[in-house]
Amino acid sequence: MSSQPLTLYEKIWADHVVERRDDGTCLIYIDRHLVHEVTSPQAFAGLRANGRSVRRPDLTLAVPDHNLPTTPRRDASGARLPIADPESVQQLDALKRNTREFGIDYIDAIAAAQGIVHVVGPEQGFTLPGTTLVCGDSHTSAHGALGALAFGIGTSEVEHVLATQTLLLSQSKTMEIRVDGTLGFGITPKDVILAIIGKIGAAGGTGHVLEYTGSIIREMSIEGRLTVANMSIEGGARAGLVAPDDTTFAYLKGKPMAPKGDDWDRAVAYWRTLPTDPGARYDRTVTLDATNIAPLLTWGTSPEDVVAITGTVPDPDSFADPAKRDAARKSLEYMGLTAGTAMQDVGIDYVFIGSCTNSRIEDLRAAAQVAKGRHVADGVHALVVPGSGLVKRQAEAEGLDRIFVSAGFEWREPGCSMCLAMNPDKVPPGLRCASTSNRNFVGRQGPGARTHLVSPAMAAAAAVTGRLSDVRDLVTA
Amino acid sequence: MQPVTQVSGTAYPWGQKNVDTDVIIPAHWLKTVTREGLGKGAFETVRAKPGNIFDDPRYHGAPILIAGDNFGCGSSREHAAWALADLGITAVVAPSFSDIFSGNAFKNGIVAVVLPQAAIDRLLEVAQDQPVTIDLETMTVTTPYQDRFSFELDAFRRQCLMEGLDEIGLTLARDTAISKYEAGVSEHRPWMSGERADASTLVESAGRT
Repeated sequence: MSSQPLTLYEKIWADHVVERRDDGTCLIYIDRHLVHEVTSPQAFAGLRANGRSVRRPDLTLAVPDHNLPTTPRRDASGARLPIADPESVQQLDALKRNTREFGIDYIDAIAAAQGIVHVVGPEQGFTLPGTTLVCGDSHTSAHGALGALAFGIGTSEVEHVLATQTLLLSQSKTMEIRVDGTLGFGITPKDVILAIIGKIGAAGGTGHVLEYTGSIIREMSIEGRLTVANMSIEGGARAGLVAPDDTTFAYLKGKPMAPKGDDWDRAVAYWRTLPTDPGARYDRTVTLDATNIAPLLTWGTSPEDVVAITGTVPDPDSFADPAKRDAARKSLEYMGLTAGTAMQDVGIDYVFIGSCTNSRIEDLRAAAQVAKGRHVADGVHALVVPGSGLVKRQAEAEGLDRIFVSAGFEWREPGCSMCLAMNPDKVPPGLRCASTSNRNFVGRQGPGARTHLVSPAMAAAAAVTGRLSDVRDLVTA
Repeated sequence: MQPVTQVSGTAYPWGQKNVDTDVIIPAHWLKTVTREGLGKGAFETVRAKPGNIFDDPRYHGAPILIAGDNFGCGSSREHAAWALADLGITAVVAPSFSDIFSGNAFKNGIVAVVLPQAAIDRLLEVAQDQPVTIDLETMTVTTPYQDRFSFELDAFRRQCLMEGLDEIGLTLARDTAISKYEAGVSEHRPWMSGERADASTLVESAGRT
């Protein structure tokens, strides 16, 4: 054994090498595989066409999320309500049929455990530190919050994992993102990750696995770390890790699929060996002092287009890079914004609180704190979509649903909802949405939809004022 | 997969930066359960504008796309690669690609060629009216004007492309090594085999009651 200090990523990688090829590519074992309805049908069809089976159905878990409408799923008598879109029905039925045929656990649309795949994994204890975890969805990076090497894969890779429980991969470079300082009042993990992406750029992490370190990350809850790691991919990194610690173990203990008894003790002992060794080298380190971060949001059509709520719409000519100038001009045209306008003068039509980035219990509490005793502004359509049935149940036990409903928000069933325009929740063309989701791409929330990425508290502030607003003006410390 | 050794022909001289997979294929096209027919939805929002490059008769059916930095960023949808393939594009040349897209492209016989921005700028100029050739044997991009740009390619990906290999078949042949690895995990990390989900929250659980 070498005594060379290693990073968290290097340790997980080393523990998962099945074989190393002469060209340096490694066959890497995959411990956990999450499956949803959109990126799996062609993979199951491929298995079937070649007479192949699923190697480890016991390490695979399936749940529908992208296509599901977030309107009620049962009528008053408890009977299942039909889904209107025949294409969605076809895809959802395919997932149910495929998982049954190949012996994979399937969380049904009407099950209490159903939710967005990246909310379900951690809350079931399916996601564990030191594991390799994949899913046919780029926001799989979220699971890195628990110290899992987790990344999104394409459908061919989904098929490869189903058939072999492995992937052929080349080792990535490492990038430490160290966040120190003190977070000001009203500043959330969403603001921290937007600040990071604003700093490194949408392609800054390409070819790298990120590791988030520093006092701000250590003090964050698992929910907060999930928000940060979730958006690693928006900075170009396929995966983003947070070293497991006592916060992680306290979160996982007792979760349905987490280890129990002696297994738990052995697992924790192993997990404690995983954090990066002192003196280990990263290929790159980026530092961020979080002390002076204001609530952040996006102004353009790339997640790197970040501005403080106290700021103004930037002038495209202010960018040094000619390609960025051109992109900024197109973005402003699409977004219907004029350079120099104060962000707080921009009116909004829609508010979406949800998605795999911000639909967990702490997110809903933060939004409810702003919504309490206030009302959604005239003409604004505001949705709150819990990340899972279990989050919904917890929020209702705390009375958050009543706060939202009496404030004029819609309280919905769990799913991906208005994040990606694959189900009935869409932002109409030309209308503007303050959204807690992760992508402000052209057409992401619907053709012609205009997206501003914000934290849950900032989304609630926008809902009650009818414009992009500084949450610090609404809530006092 | 069909072996690919060379891609030669007209190229879309686009040069656009940060082209995300929602632009390559919007989400409403993702409700399909097959890999075919997605060319119809490729670059839908771009093609909605008159005078766009994809409907320009000069480049109709071009097998090559020249793009800017960070091509294929965003969602992991392999539908983006399927849409390009269905449109007839078998190579994309750009200064950088998102990691997930580039993997998806190779698995569908699409060559993702990384060249420096200066080379891209030159190709954008030449491709206005001249063909471009990408050769995997020599790992070069050439033009009729004697331009010659060398690129690097992961050795395994290159081999898979050039020989049209079935990656799953290759890995299944390593079954003994995988089983040996699994036996080691059972011994040293026994908790990894995992508790199954709580059946009372599932409605349906495979092979269990």
